[in-house]
Amino acid sequence: MTDQDERPDAQAQDGGRDSAAATATEPKPDNRTEEEPSIGQRFLRELTTGSTALTFLSVVLALLIGAILIVVSDPDVHAAASYFFSRPGDTFAAAWTSASEAYAAMFSGAIIDFDEYTVGRALRPFADTLTYATPLIAAGLAVALAFRTGLLNIGAQGQLILGAILAGYIGFAVQLPPVIHIVVAMLAGFVGGAVWGGIAGLIKATRGAHEVIVTIMLNYIALFLLAYLLTTDAFQREGEDLPRSPFMLPTAELWRPIEGSRLNLGLLFALLAAVYTWWLLNRSTMGFRFKAVGLNPHAATTAGISVPRSYTMVMFICGGLAGIAGATQVMGTSLHLHTSIAEQLGFDAITVALLGRSSPVGTVLAAILFGALRAGATTMQAQTQTPIDIVLVVQALIVLFIAAPPLVRAVFRLKVRATTPVAPGSGGLA
Amino acid sequence: MKLELRGITKRFGSLVANDHIDLVVEPGEIHCLLGENGAGKSTLMNVIYGLLQPDEGEVLVDGKPLSCNSPSEAMAAGIGMVHQHFMLVPVFTVAENVMLGAEPVRTGGLLDLETARRRVREISEKFGFDVDPDAVVEDLPVGVQQRVEIIKALVRDARVLILDEPTAVLTPQETDELIEIMRQLKANGTSIVFITHKLREVRAVADRITVLRHGKVVGEADPSAEEAELASLMVGRAVTLAVDKQPPNVGDVVLDVDGLTVVDDRDYVVVDDVSFDVRAGEVLAIAGVQGNGQTEVTEAILGLLPKATGSVKLDGKELLGRSVRQVLRAGVGFVPEDRKVDGLVGDFSVADNLVLDLHDQPPFAAGPLFKPSAVQANAAERIAEFDIRTGSAATLAKTLSGGNQQKVVIARELSRPLRLLIAAQPTRGLDVGSIEFVHKRIIAERDKGTAVLIVSTELDEVSALADRVLVMYRGKVVGIVPGDTDRDVLGLMMAGVPPQEADKQAEEHPTLIEHADELLTKQDEDEK
Repeated sequence: MTDQDERPDAQAQDGGRDSAAATATEPKPDNRTEEEPSIGQRFLRELTTGSTALTFLSVVLALLIGAILIVVSDPDVHAAASYFFSRPGDTFAAAWTSASEAYAAMFSGAIIDFDEYTVGRALRPFADTLTYATPLIAAGLAVALAFRTGLLNIGAQGQLILGAILAGYIGFAVQLPPVIHIVVAMLAGFVGGAVWGGIAGLIKATRGAHEVIVTIMLNYIALFLLAYLLTTDAFQREGEDLPRSPFMLPTAELWRPIEGSRLNLGLLFALLAAVYTWWLLNRSTMGFRFKAVGLNPHAATTAGISVPRSYTMVMFICGGLAGIAGATQVMGTSLHLHTSIAEQLGFDAITVALLGRSSPVGTVLAAILFGALRAGATTMQAQTQTPIDIVLVVQALIVLFIAAPPLVRAVFRLKVRATTPVAPGSGGLA
Repeated sequence: MKLELRGITKRFGSLVANDHIDLVVEPGEIHCLLGENGAGKSTLMNVIYGLLQPDEGEVLVDGKPLSCNSPSEAMAAGIGMVHQHFMLVPVFTVAENVMLGAEPVRTGGLLDLETARRRVREISEKFGFDVDPDAVVEDLPVGVQQRVEIIKALVRDARVLILDEPTAVLTPQETDELIEIMRQLKANGTSIVFITHKLREVRAVADRITVLRHGKVVGEADPSAEEAELASLMVGRAVTLAVDKQPPNVGDVVLDVDGLTVVDDRDYVVVDDVSFDVRAGEVLAIAGVQGNGQTEVTEAILGLLPKATGSVKLDGKELLGRSVRQVLRAGVGFVPEDRKVDGLVGDFSVADNLVLDLHDQPPFAAGPLFKPSAVQANAAERIAEFDIRTGSAATLAKTLSGGNQQKVVIARELSRPLRLLIAAQPTRGLDVGSIEFVHKRIIAERDKGTAVLIVSTELDEVSALADRVLVMYRGKVVGIVPGDTDRDVLGLMMAGVPPQEADKQAEEHPTLIEHADELLTKQDEDEK
């Protein structure tokens, strides 16, 4: 690694220019391909340009390996395998039964339950899926939009917590008329997350500190801030020692259209966030700048686009999106603040954005897939005693395969897209 | 050890980076490889070192051909390379870096750091390197880090040392020290291949000089050759340029640069008290060998170098201290030197690239709204007007040829009313047709009354476009002379000779450029 690899960060500080000496003396032959990208850049590029087919195949492959794990961990299969050499058929039959039943249970827990008699009840699993997907959509967008601007936002977790704190407080402590209450609380959630994200963006823009480090640290601060607040009189439920807040006032509760399901209006807000992000990226001048900065900060600078300002703005908006996720959690799902309100949502959001190829539509679909895996996992464990951890393994495998496209290509014998040869002057290793 | 290259040819797609290159490096010789950026020097060295495979030709060491599939084979054959960007582990000590990859081991698999330290000390004393084996590399100045790289090669018994633009990262003092080291190595029988585009250094150390241009050997010279001769061989005549242009219709001063000074990150003065002006309707070309501060002058005007001091006035208003955006809005068009890095967003469509700096102005935007339809309409217009050869407006800019990429940049910069157009190396790497097109557009812009500032290392381009020529050498203005100044004079000025003296010398040694031309023409004929 030479100092060249670290340039993108240095640029944020000195306005995107190489040092004068470097510019003056580096060989810049005309016919070279682009500069050797750093690992981070290559990672971001792979994220945003990989093909849909590859994503789909990654999911398939992860599910296949998940099936193997289900089979291996099933006691019935073990029993059949003990007399494998006398009747091998039994082992395969048991394996098939084990895997197919587990996935069938997962399907019935996540999409449609055919054992129910009414359409409403049969579709309740899908409502669960969407409930789990709601915060993942908004938080996933927070990560995806940052990716598009060339930033790795690891801080969705903290931003989400701040959003939940502010939205929650407005929700249980402030008396407001219906509808307005929801809007104000949702806005508060946005602002809470936005401030948290904006801090990271501002530090990156003005001081050049790496956003990954800053956002990770802010996650901890947010988590312990929440834990502290829940011990104060302003937040803690009256007459209790447990660190949890009062319930939302009825005017701040998000409407639940399906009886017996926690699916709520939060989904609409999450989808609105997705529409907004799409609009931002494709139909706004700010989004144009974000994308330009993400793809080539040098050219953006030369065209008069302020890279530091873009970093600050995008982190502000990303934080706000994660804040909305936090608001839907507290106002729609749990209905009160508690220390694990954010669960692992901010981190799953990174996976979701990855899987969604950093596009708003992709992120929504990926969030729904993750919601389904999660909703189905519970049913799967109840019906087939398959450990719920299998789902976590499947999720992890999806990320692994997406991060390693050559692996998936090798498995499915896909052709590699034509690549440009090393050009002269890029100097091989130099 | 004798190193010989026979007919080395290396192609990248349609581009021939090295075209049948023959080269002999005698034992104990410092052989200079001189050439402009992109002439194919680094490619050639990477072929020798086994980092690239030649398409044709072979590398011989002491008469025996190398299959040279890898750097390790090259190393085993006694070839060592010091890359421009050092291959050192910053947090390791000198001794640890030196032994990395060939660690001496004691019984039991323990590292024998003592042996490594001793080797470093031996070599350091032998050649007067003054390197402490226990110093941590990241604490060392660049010049000393480079010596560590040289020690690395010598420890592995390198008999031929390739130094790829070693002085690019050094201060003048460090350069002098390096030259001293090279002389010592030579005295010890080590051959050195020294790659550079700096003339002064070449004359200081070289035993023999080979000049590369456009992937071909265009000449061999003696170190006693005049700097001007070397310069003309190096930048020489690439294409016959003829721009149909009328005498300029000069107006008021538009750009007034006064006492501009730029200091780089290492506090080295790269632009030293530069003053000039450009009037409406004229082309001022800044000529000079690459790396003499020209690039920094343009970047300082655009507001990319916050450390610039002095004064840059556009129509009487100060530009220094303003943001790039404000400078562009004031009516400055900028064609950057490196279009792929600074000019275009490769993964954006041609249409988007055409509005990169205007994306938030009507008609492409209404408040925060971006209007793709207007961008499309604009793209269709520009593509037709500038004859940009692209599949469609939605094609990604990175897939276009260099000439068409440059047309995109120029089309964008000329699509708004300008007071000043700055174009750095506007035709570098372009084919003849594109060069002609770009030149015509630049002259057309001049004739509209825009002040034009060109930076070029190609003398032909300077002669073709300039109404006045400013020559820079080591950050300073050597002189400002009329556009029709004799090339020999310009060549001498580029080597730092003041204008009057250059005039005199040029009269005594004429036909230098013609000599270079003859060489090229002869070569072309040989090929046919």
